Parts: sequence; C-alpha cells; structure tokens
Amino acid sequence: MAERKIRVLVAKPGLDGHDRGAKVIAQAFRDAGFEVIYTGLRQTPERIVATAEQEDVDCVALSMLSGSHLTLMPKVTKLLREKKMDDILVVGGGVIPNEDIPLLKEAGVSEIFTPGTPTSLCAEYIKNNINMK
Amino acid sequence: MSYDKEELKELQADLTNWQEKVDKMLSKKKERKDVFVSSGANEINRLYTPLDVPSEYKEKIGLPGEYPYTRGPQSNMYRGKLWTMRMYAGFSTAEESNKRYKYLLENGSSGLSVAFDLPTQIGYDSDHEMSEGEVGKVGVAIDSLADMEILFDSIPLDQVSTSMTINSPASILLAMYLAVGEKQGVSADKLRGTIQNDILKEYAARGTYIFPVQPSMRLITNIFEFCSAKIPQWNTISISGYHIREAGSTAVDEIAFTFADGMAYVKAAIKAGMDVDSFAGRLSFFLNAHNDLLEEVAKFRAARRLWGYIMKEFFKAKDPRSWMFRTHSQTAGSMLTAQQVENNVVRVCIQALAAVLGGTQSLHTNSKDEALALPSEEAVRTALRTQQILGYETGVADTVDPLAGSYYVEALTEKIYNEAWEKIQKIEEMGGAERAIELGYIQNEIQKAAYQWQMDVESGKRVIVGVNKFQVEEPEPTGLLRVDLSVQKAQIAKLKALKEKRDGIAVANRLAELRQAAKGDDNMMPYIVNAVKAYATEGEICGVLREEWGEYVAAVTL
Repeated sequence: MAERKIRVLVAKPGLDGHDRGAKVIAQAFRDAGFEVIYTGLRQTPERIVATAEQEDVDCVALSMLSGSHLTLMPKVTKLLREKKMDDILVVGGGVIPNEDIPLLKEAGVSEIFTPGTPTSLCAEYIKNNINMK
Repeated sequence: MSYDKEELKELQADLTNWQEKVDKMLSKKKERKDVFVSSGANEINRLYTPLDVPSEYKEKIGLPGEYPYTRGPQSNMYRGKLWTMRMYAGFSTAEESNKRYKYLLENGSSGLSVAFDLPTQIGYDSDHEMSEGEVGKVGVAIDSLADMEILFDSIPLDQVSTSMTINSPASILLAMYLAVGEKQGVSADKLRGTIQNDILKEYAARGTYIFPVQPSMRLITNIFEFCSAKIPQWNTISISGYHIREAGSTAVDEIAFTFADGMAYVKAAIKAGMDVDSFAGRLSFFLNAHNDLLEEVAKFRAARRLWGYIMKEFFKAKDPRSWMFRTHSQTAGSMLTAQQVENNVVRVCIQALAAVLGGTQSLHTNSKDEALALPSEEAVRTALRTQQILGYETGVADTVDPLAGSYYVEALTEKIYNEAWEKIQKIEEMGGAERAIELGYIQNEIQKAAYQWQMDVESGKRVIVGVNKFQVEEPEPTGLLRVDLSVQKAQIAKLKALKEKRDGIAVANRLAELRQAAKGDDNMMPYIVNAVKAYATEGEICGVLREEWGEYVAAVTL
C-alpha cells in the first residue's frame, strides 16, 4: 500500500494580510510531497481548528507577522486540546521575537521558525515530528 | 542621446571583436554566474554601450519638469527642496503615538505618516471579537474622532503634511482628520497630506479589504470628487506598488500592476462623470526602494515616463500636472534580515540612496530591527539620520537625476518601460486590473516570483549576507519594542466611556442617513463626515456599510 501523504493546514490567524510567507511555505510543503490546505486570510482560531478537523490534517502551520502571536497561537492549541485533537502537530512561523518562543512552546506549539529558515528545514521538521494516524 | 551614425557603426564592429576576445577568455575561466539576474528579476548584460541607449533623447529622456518627466517631476528637484523625510509610525494608543510624532518632528522629520492597527484598517472597533490580540499592535488604534483628537494634539495641521496608510476605511479617517482640523481652526483648503485609499492592491497583495469591488471603487471616486472641491491640496490616493513588491513581485511587475490599478481608478472616475484633469493631478504613488541600486533608479525613471505617457496619450489629459508621476517610497522591509541586524542599516542606506537617485518626492527609511519587532525609538532615529546624511552630506541631491546618461541605467530604464507597458496591455486585454485580480492573475504572478526568490535563496543562487552566507552565532537581540495587551483594555474602556458620553440619538440619526446614502448613489463623504463628527465609531460606520454592501470574499489562490 502506498504511504499516505502528510496533510498540512497552513493558516493565517488574525487580521494580518501579509501572506507572502504563508503562500511560499504552502508551496514548498506541496513540493515536499505534502497535501496542503491554505486557509486564506483573517482566520479566527475557532475557524482554523474547525478546518483542521474537517480536513483531518496531521499538522497545523500558523503564519503570523502582526505581533499578536502570544494571543492567537495559544488559543489554537487550547481549542485543539479541548476537541481532543492535540495529536495534531502545531508549528508557527513569522516575525516572532526569540524570547516569546519558550512561551509558545509551553502553550503547545511544537516549533517556531523565524525569518531566514529554509523551507526545506520546516518540511523536514514536520516529517520527523507528526503522529501519523 | 544622439551619437553619430558612423561612430555607432564603428562601435558595433569593435564590440564584435571585443566579444570574441571575451568568449575566448570565458572558455578558460567562467564568470561567477551563468546568468546575472537583478533583484527585480531583470537579466543583466555584461556591458552596456551607446548602442543600448535610446537615441530619441528629447522624446524619451528630456528635461526635468517637462514631459515625459523621465528626469524628474520638478525642474530643479532637490536643489529647491529635499524630499520629504516621512517616517511611518504609529503603535499602541493615540497618546503614545502622539508622543512619537512629536519626537519625530523635533528630530527633523518633515511630514507625518500614520500607521493604524489592523482592526482600524479593517473597520473593527477595539472591542470587536476579531480585534482580539491585534489592538495597537502594528499601528495606532483609532476607534472614533476622540482618538484622532488625541493623536494630533498640539500638532498644528496647517503646518505638517500627513500621510495615512488607510485603504478600505480611508473616507472615515479622512473625515476625522478634517474634523480635527476644524476644531484646531484650520480650514479644509489648508490641509495637506495623503490617504493611501488604494483598494485594488489590497485585494491583490496586502489584504486589508472590507467591501466588494463596486462599492469600494465608489468610495474612491467619491473621495476624488469631494477633495477636488473641498481639500484641493490633498493627495486623494497613493497607488501602491510597494506592497506588490514586498509580496514578492519583480521590478517590472511592480510598475505594471501599480499602473494597471491606477488606470482602473482613472477609468472609474471618468465613468462617474469626472473630467480627467479635475482629479488626475492629485493622484500620487508609492513605490518600493529595493536592494538593487541601479535597477531601482531605472525603475523610478521608467515609471515617471510611463505614467506620463498613459495620462497624456491614453487618457488624453491636457493639464501637465495630470501627467506628472509623484511618488512616496519606502525601503524594502522584506529585505531586512533577522540575522546580524546591524547589516540592515547598510541595506536601508543603499535602498534609500536608490530612491533619492531615482527622484522620489518623499521617503520612509526602515529601522534595522523591523525583522524582529516594531522599531525602537533609537533604531528609528538612525533610519531618519540615514536620510539626513544622504540629503546633507553626500552631495547626491545637488544635481538633477545624476545617473542619467549611464548606458546601463538608460538601457534598463527603457527595458522596464517597455516590459511594464507590455504587461499593462495584457491586463487591459483581460479587462483591466479588477478583472485580472478576480481571475487571480496578478496574485499568481506575484506568488510565482516570490517562490522563485525563496528557492534561489535556498539553493544559494541568491546570496543574502548573514542568512545563507557569512552567518555567525549571535546573542539574543535586546531592547525590542513590545505592545502589551493593556492597550486593548485601555482602548475598550475609552470606547465604553465615549458611548456613554456622546449624544446617542444624534449618532443613530447620522448612521441612519449614512445607510440611506449607501443604498442610493449620492457622494458618501458628507454623510461620513457628519457621522464622524457625532462621534460614531469607525466600527459602527463600517458596520452599516458592511450590512448594506456586503464584504469582499477573496478567492484563495495557491
């Protein structure tokens, strides 16, 4: 049987419209052999989690540049836990100060990729860390 | 530039010989790259000579202050007055931002540029559920005229020019500015500034849209009309290539997509019954100042010539002011690195130099720490000082268009002009910018270029110093500016107090009138001004318009 493709939801929480990074990473994941769903802009944590459930993804990748990551990323992980979907790997990327990273990890975000990280490294990380159901 | 025909023939022969020699040399030792591609994705030749330069000097290059304006919109450019040093700023509450503006003015900033937070840009009050976590983050939170009064407290509006980066709700923020001016005793005809008001690039590249295309275009033409009668010195729109380039486009596409958008606005205003010369002189632009110094200079020059051509020959404008491309520019934020942030000071300096050599009318320089967070005060000062050093110490502002006549710059100017015009015609054939955005064409072109860039960086084809070459281990950065959540709480409290204090019946009446106007085809501006003056909040005004007009639904393109 052929191996199932890894399913990743690339999402942009909040009101920020800068989605160059989200789109580039989505395409890079696709080139890495993942199945990618991109939410488009202005997603509430509730909507992201609903999409993750609907699409039965292995990983949620959150792209944020607006500085509201400390509010919105933990909200996504909390909702996933509430829905017993915390087997889904959550990663984040964007303009995120290093000192915030431990806080985000504590909240359940598995890894944060800051500007300059090669997309191949992000894909590698996901491959190595997801729980294939 | 004219050269003697014989001389050019001789040069052609010399060049053929020279090429043979070069080829021989290259067979022994290859060059650094097989193909040299600029930051803006132009393929660059080994050498440029008089053979590459357009021979029609008068028609294509000409004199500054004269059509086709390749050399600049004013005849003496920076010898008369340096460009406006305009630093984009705003964060947290109106009180905090007001302090930053005063600081910038004291330090020799010559114009203000207001950054609004995302809820303000998308028409939500600070207490809306969509605003959670975003209040005061990427700009200042403005919910009502009361906040705007604080924002410009003790800043006389007849003495500064103010640029506001606001698009979908531009009409509302302009109405608030007008009202603040009135309270200060400054009449509308004395107000100077710009609203970005460029919705098409929001759909294509920046993302702060609210309403569908039709009503959005109506608001824009309403503003053109209103300002032409009431605020004659106001730049009614800043047609922006900046965000298109930041989203990853090539240099040619930055110009092509911006002008395709510009043409859509001109067409909409003409269709609404306006005479082209009644508004075209107040159209302004906003370009990116990217890394590739000489390419950027060529881009600015090509843009002036092309917009001049479009307005004069395509739209048949008669007034020379309608032909003039005037632009703000900002250094490329996406080119700043989070690694070795000190290097960003150098990048910004070169990008700023490109804008100045390109003949920009105003300029924002980014701060070195912006790949990490909002800029700190100290970093902002260095960014402003960079412009002052360019203006006062380097001499680059002392003669007009100093790079004109460089074979390379002239050839590249011609190339960008031709390729951008070709692309604009392609978009016109599709049915114009609105249609091209609807089809996802513009978004896809940008996305393709952005992905190519990233792949080139990852393969090492494109070197980014400190990122994929010359890396070092470095300590955690310190002193970053943070906006905490207390801002949201403070803003919500202010909003609550305002709603208790204001005349609720007046607000309800003004909003009801606004709703009626939205259903019909009156100019919306007077209704918005009345609502703002009654202290209706931005969220309430946008709420009414959302109910009447609906919201734009973006097609997700990937």
